[in-house]
This record gives sequence, C-alpha cells and structure tokens, in this order.
Amino acid sequence: MSITSPPQRTPELLTPGRTPRGRAPGTRVGPFLLKIGMLALLDAFAVVLAMVLVAKHEWVILTLVIVALVIINVVYLRKGLLPGKYLTPGLAFLLIFQIFTIGYTGYIAFTNYSSGHVLTKDEAVQALLSQNQARVPDSPTYPLTVVSQGDTLGFLVTDPDTGKAELGTTTDPLHEVAAQRQDGKAVSTDGWTSLSFSDVLGRQKEIFALSVPISDDAAAGTLRTQDGRTGYQFVSSLKYSDGTLTDSKTGTVYADRGQGAFVSEKGDALLPGWRINVGVDNFTHAFTDQSIRGPLLKVTAWTIVFALVSVASTFVLGMFLAIAFDKRGMRGRKIYQTIMVLPYAFPAFLAAMVWAGMYSKSFGFFNQVLLGGAQIPWLEDPTLAKVAVLLLNLWLGFPYMFLVCLGALQSLPGEVQEAARIDGASAWQTFRFIKFPLLLVSVAPLLISSFAFNFNNFNLIYMLTGGGPRDMDASIPVGETDILISLVYKVAFTGQERDYGLASAFSIIIFVIVAVISIVSFRRTRALEEVN
Amino acid sequence: MSIKMRARNLLALGAVAAVTALSLSGCSGSGSSSSSPSDATSSAASSQAGGKGGALTVWVDSERASALSAVAKDFQKNTGITVKVVSKATDKIKDDFTQQGASSGGPDVVMGAHDWIGELVTNGIAAPIELGDKASEFSDVSIKASTYQGKTYMLPYAVENLAVLRNTELAPKAATSFDDMIAKGKASGATYPFLVQQGDEGDPYHLYPFQTAFGAPVFGTDSKGDYDASKLELGKGDKFADWLSAQGKAKTISTEITGDIAADAFAKGKVAYWLTGPWNVKAAQKAGIKLAVDPIPSPTSSPAAPFAGVKGFFVNEHSDNKLAATDFLVNYLGTEDVQTKLFESSAVLPALKTAADKAAQDPVIAGFQKAGENAVPMPAIPAMGTVFEHWGVSEAAILNGKDPQKTWSDLVTKVTKAIAKG
Repeated sequence: MSITSPPQRTPELLTPGRTPRGRAPGTRVGPFLLKIGMLALLDAFAVVLAMVLVAKHEWVILTLVIVALVIINVVYLRKGLLPGKYLTPGLAFLLIFQIFTIGYTGYIAFTNYSSGHVLTKDEAVQALLSQNQARVPDSPTYPLTVVSQGDTLGFLVTDPDTGKAELGTTTDPLHEVAAQRQDGKAVSTDGWTSLSFSDVLGRQKEIFALSVPISDDAAAGTLRTQDGRTGYQFVSSLKYSDGTLTDSKTGTVYADRGQGAFVSEKGDALLPGWRINVGVDNFTHAFTDQSIRGPLLKVTAWTIVFALVSVASTFVLGMFLAIAFDKRGMRGRKIYQTIMVLPYAFPAFLAAMVWAGMYSKSFGFFNQVLLGGAQIPWLEDPTLAKVAVLLLNLWLGFPYMFLVCLGALQSLPGEVQEAARIDGASAWQTFRFIKFPLLLVSVAPLLISSFAFNFNNFNLIYMLTGGGPRDMDASIPVGETDILISLVYKVAFTGQERDYGLASAFSIIIFVIVAVISIVSFRRTRALEEVN
Repeated sequence: MSIKMRARNLLALGAVAAVTALSLSGCSGSGSSSSSPSDATSSAASSQAGGKGGALTVWVDSERASALSAVAKDFQKNTGITVKVVSKATDKIKDDFTQQGASSGGPDVVMGAHDWIGELVTNGIAAPIELGDKASEFSDVSIKASTYQGKTYMLPYAVENLAVLRNTELAPKAATSFDDMIAKGKASGATYPFLVQQGDEGDPYHLYPFQTAFGAPVFGTDSKGDYDASKLELGKGDKFADWLSAQGKAKTISTEITGDIAADAFAKGKVAYWLTGPWNVKAAQKAGIKLAVDPIPSPTSSPAAPFAGVKGFFVNEHSDNKLAATDFLVNYLGTEDVQTKLFESSAVLPALKTAADKAAQDPVIAGFQKAGENAVPMPAIPAMGTVFEHWGVSEAAILNGKDPQKTWSDLVTKVTKAIAKG
C-alpha cells in the first residue's frame, strides 16, 4: 500500500516572520499553564526513565536523556528562541527515529555480528571453557556439602567407593577428614562451617565456578558442582592461558588472530567467537559472493519493476476514478468516495493474508467463485505470482492515489480550465494539456515517495507469497517475487544462520539506491515546476 | 485550518510524543523484553529463604506459561527461590535468547526444543547440564536429543512425534501398509482417504517417515552416535523420490493441502487417515470426531520412522544464577510429579519414563508413544538448516510433476555444496 506521509514542508511554517518577540507570559495564562503542565509531565517521565537507566547501568543513554531534557526545558522556558520551540519536537523525532536507526544499522554493517559472533570476547572464553568441561567417563557421583572457612570455600564429599569423608578447596586437593554424618553423607567437619542451601544460593556464582582437584595429579580432573548437592568429576579439554586456548588432547593452540574467534594455525576456528569490527567485509561479501550476486541482479530488476508498475498502476486507476468522481452535482458522491477509500482503511498485512487465501488454486475465491472452478496456479506460476502481487498492490494502493488526485484536482484554478473551454479545447485536450501537467506538479513528489515505499514493501511480499514460488535454480532460497528487502530477510534470518552484519550492509545498500533514485527524481520534478 | 493553529497543535502533540519516544528508545536500548511477566511471588517464600533465595527468570512459550507458573510456585515453597515466568511468543524465544542471553536482563532458564541446541551452542548461550544418574530415568530418545557433542544441554520434558489419526467411524481398522491405508480409506467413502499437510514449499518433516521407510535418513552418525554433517545420506532417497512422484500423480499427497485445510477436513469427518502430531488431537476430539492413533503405515517393508521432537529447558551460560537454575531443572523439573503436571497441561508424552508410563494410560498418548518407537531425534546440527532450505521445495516440485530423479539429485548436490562451503 502506498501510504507515505507527504514530504514535510515544515521550514515554511516555521519562519517566525514578524511575530512580536517577548510577549509577556501573563497576557495568556491558559497556554502558559498548558506548557508548564506538559513540561512537568515530560520531566516526570524523564526522571522515572533516568532511575531505570541508573539501575541498569546504561550510562550512555542516561547522558543522552539528561542532555535532551535540559535542552528541551531551556528551549521552552526561556523567552525568545521561537524557531527552537517549533523545531525541537521535529528534531527529537528525527534523532530518535531516523539518525539513531540509520547510525546503528551503519555501525552493525561494519561488524561481524552474526551466528557465533554475538558475545564479547570474555563471554566467549567463558562459554568455550564451560562447553569443554567433560565429565570423566564412568566416574562416580559424589554426595557433596559446601563448607566455608572465612572467605575460603570448600567441598566436603563422601567418596562413593570407599565411603570416606574428604575435604578439598581450589588450592588443596581432596584429602580425608573426620566428619559428622547424616544418613551416611558427610555433612560437617570441625573448623569449617557447612552452608545451608540458601547460603549456597547467596554465593552461587563462586560455588558454581569452584573446582577442587581430585588429587595432586592434574590429569585426574577436578570436582565441581552444578546444584550445590552433588559433585561430579570433570576434565577440561581446553586450557586458557596468555590469551590462547590449548586443546589438551591434540595440543593445538587456538589464538586470537583478529578474526573474532580463536583460530588455530591451520585456520580452524572455535565457535562461539565474539563481535569485532570487520571494516567493509560485509559490503564486499554482498557484491562478490557468487551465490548472492546472481540472484541479487534478478531480484533488483524485479524490485524496480514492481515498484514502478505499482506506482504507475495505482496512480492511473486512482486518477481515473478521481476525475470520474470529481463531479460536483453527482448523486451519492460521498458514498461512492467512501466505498472507494475502503481498501485504504484495511491493514495491508491482513489484506495480503486474506488475498493469499483467495488466490489458492483449488480452494480460493478467485478460482472457485469468479472463474467457475478453474485451476489457475495464481501463486505457483512465476509470472502469475508477479501479476498476483501487482494486482493486490493495485487494490491496496489506488485509494491513496484517488484521494491525492481528488484533492489536487479540486484545487486546480478554475479560470485556466475555463480559458481552455473558451478556446474550444476538447475534454481530452483539457485533461492532457491543462489538468494533467498541473496535477503532476503537486502529485509528483508523492509518486516518488510512493515509489520509495514500494521499493521496500516487505509486508506485502512476505504475507502474500513469502517471495515464492521458489527459484529452483538459485543456490540460496530466493523466490520469483522476492524484492530486495525480503531477500535481505531471507539471507540474514532464515535457516539456522543469522547474519545481522550482512543484513545491515544490505540495508545500507538499499538505502543508498532509494536515496539516489529519490534525489534524481526530485530534481526532475523541480524542472517540471519551472516549465509550468 | 490555519497554518498557525496547525503548528501550535503539532507542537503540543510533539512534546507529548517526544516523551513517549524517549522512554521507548530507552527501553529498547536496555534490551529489556518482558512481554507479560506473570510473577509467581508469594510472601511465604521470601520469609523462608531469609531474602537470600534469589530469583530465576524463566522464558516460556505463551501456551505453557500458566502451567509452569503453577509448578514454579511449589518450587518456591520448597527452596525459597522466586521463579518469575515470562511468557514469550514461541517464534521469538530462540532469537531473543541468543541476542539478549548474555546481557544483564537475560533469562536464567529458557524453554525450548532440542533442534535449537546446535545454534545455542555455536553462539555460546546454552550451558551444559550434568544430569548424573538422572539421565537413565529419561527415555533414550529424549536424552539422545538433548545431547550435543557428547554433552547434555537440555533437560527434556516432552517428546513429540507424528502418528496417524484414524477416524474410527470411517475406518474401524488400522492399516497394515501405506497401500492398505489408501485402499481402506477409499473404501470408506471419505472425501480424503488420507491426508498429510504440505504447502507450496512442501513439508519434509511430515514426509520424513516415508523417506526413512526407503532407507534414506538425512545424516549418518559418527562413532559417538552424534549426527555427522559430513555424512549426508539424503542421496539414498532416489526410490523415495520415485514413490513421491507417483503419490503426486495419484493425488494421495498434494501440496495444496496446508495444515489448516487438513485440520478443517478432519474435523468435518471428511478424512479417514490423517498423518499429524499430538497438537491436533484436542481440536479434532472437540469437533466430535472419534479417533484412534496408529503407527505410521509404511510404503515398504521397513518401518516408517518419524522425527522425534523433544522439548525441554536450557540454562543460560551467562546467568549469575546458574546453580539455582540447574537445581530447578535437574532436581525439580526432572521429577515425576512435575513432568506429570506439565503433561496434564500439554498432553504431550513426558520425557521421564515413569511419568510417560503413567501418561500412556490414555490410549491417544499410548498411540503416539507406540508410533514413536522407531523415532529418531531431528538433527540439531547447524547443517540441518541448510538441508531444510532446499529439502521441502524439492519435494513439492516432485509432487507437482517435476522429474523425480533429477530434482532429487539436484537437491543432494545443492545441499552438499552448501554444507561444504560452511
């Protein structure tokens, strides 16, 4: 659907012109109170927000919020600064919804943020070490009590084979001690305090990380507990020292070689890795990877065709209807116009789902009811699927064009048309040479924004065809009706691999394409205005 | 409307909206994600634990949230650990977990399915769990599914597999083979003798039992019994491809039949045999259909083995409460009582053997259990994602009349290439 808000022309509204400056606030109490009330509301919100942010240690965002708050208060409380008063809300929105989003996407595009690279380096090391703790095969289960002596934590265990009570700490391997028992399990020993379960929970991070050597022989492994009650014998197959990981079985050394993961000399990477900046890698990948480049060209071509035909078809139909219904004396004009606008009031994604059902080959409304049980493969045939997409977009989009054209037509200067009539121009000539060019002047910018919107019309494609039918020859899962943005979605988010970095790079590329097309077209429309 | 008026209104509106926007951006930045926390706090618990018990945040899919909240309350009474159950959209849990797991607002425990394990381990988000002797108390298939690279990453609670739902009014007897099923179905006069859900892009999960009957699993296994991405065995499926092509021509299996269409037809009594999972039983029974659950009839002399899908709980590697979380999983969710309670809310076969035997007193559950005797866990290795990208569409193409041999060998080539590329 081509709903795009018309380009903001705020600067014209904002020129303060000859507004008298420094009007005493006392002259109009109502608006002043309203202003104070709203500011108070905003400040209250900001304070709550700040408290939440402090609790979450989000210092960067906190600073931004405070700065924004101070600026807003200053702008609205000080006398003068009138342009600022008008500009601030718009600027705030611009910053939050546009600049931030684009900036963040741009940042991600230069990172390797993807499956296996979501953590920081420290977290990755932790995960790797944890994943490579293997329980010694056929080793027994040790009933265990966590004990402490001052700050030192230890495990008091009952050896399942010998029944002896043994105590150990990180530095001191397990050794036999005298202990008090309960149901055969050693529960306490002299000089050490036994921790209750809630004490254990209180220090659970330390206890979870605690590993007690079984004996002086390091190869025997260490005793660890995951629930504070039972201990198991683990050996670690990875050793971390000096920033490298060593596989204790093969002796392979994995080091950080700047690839966002620990990599061996042969080039084998250990995953998980971590997030790093990778420069323009994602962009070169998008253009040079054979499996992406081939489908990319095809999809780009269809995206442009799709956007152009969508704009053209909705505009032609909308304009035709607008002209047809732009008759002052017509009976029931309001009713017709209301009916005409109905698709516009329908959520696009919902419409797409409903239409997908109606297009179904054996069960759909079109084939069953309208076409008398024909078996037309609307969504299965590559060409028909494209037609189906365009038809739905026409249905969704023409009311917007209808409204826009109706408004524009009604504001056309009557004297020009009258002059044309007096000069003996036919209705077609009046339209072709007078109405249409004038209409274009006001509608052209909307056509461009509609083009930009359809260029990224993800909802429609995703909900109606899901990009299908699949292109069986392509090596990546791309379909015949996929447009760029839905291709990006598939490349980045389907299957088990996620590649947010690559997806962001694609988004930036799409942004550039749309921006270039829009700028060029806006230049053209300006030329159009000058001609008139 | 005069320009001046409009500007003033805009201004007022803008001020209010800016606040909302600011607070919104603040929220997204901090990565908090609770959609509807149903906090199971009770005052008794905190007093018992003396405030030291701590709290666990558990992410659960929306359907199981209420059942788990009830179960969590008991745990809280016994241990003093507060369990906060957060209900999340099913299709969001995995991605949110991988993205937010390591951040401060992340969950401690997450409910999920075994085929996530590969991805969660690659991302370093799931922590290994030592079940100890407890492991033998769970069904073999559930433990096998929860194990990845030799380590257990999930505490299983339910096992799902496909079976054939039979409308006993139309087909009083179970089928002995696939052909027998079609014949009996046709004789019953039902609109659809047999249905299995497909779609434009196929549905390999639902066709897999027949594929295994032709001796073509997806991956072979290594010496430890783990699936091995380098041993692609999909290529053995050429006979299956021919069979599939024949079914497409005979219209016994059609890509037109989506899950919704199949469920609707069965509920209206138009289907004799329906190959589907336990999740569709309740609705069919509600519609007044008398049904029995049979093992899947095989098109060959080998059994038709469906995939087993195992549901369970993961512990967040980056949680500060790993000890409490592991205790919650191993010593609480792994008990018969809790597994039975979870079963009562979901009606899916429990993973714990004793709870499963109890649940199997229900003939429907027993039927699924029997149908799942030969079930194998769906591979959780990341290469499986590559297979799924091409598998279904190729099967759909064969069903719709494409040359079976060429389509199938193309499929194998594409998957092999994609896996080799890594």
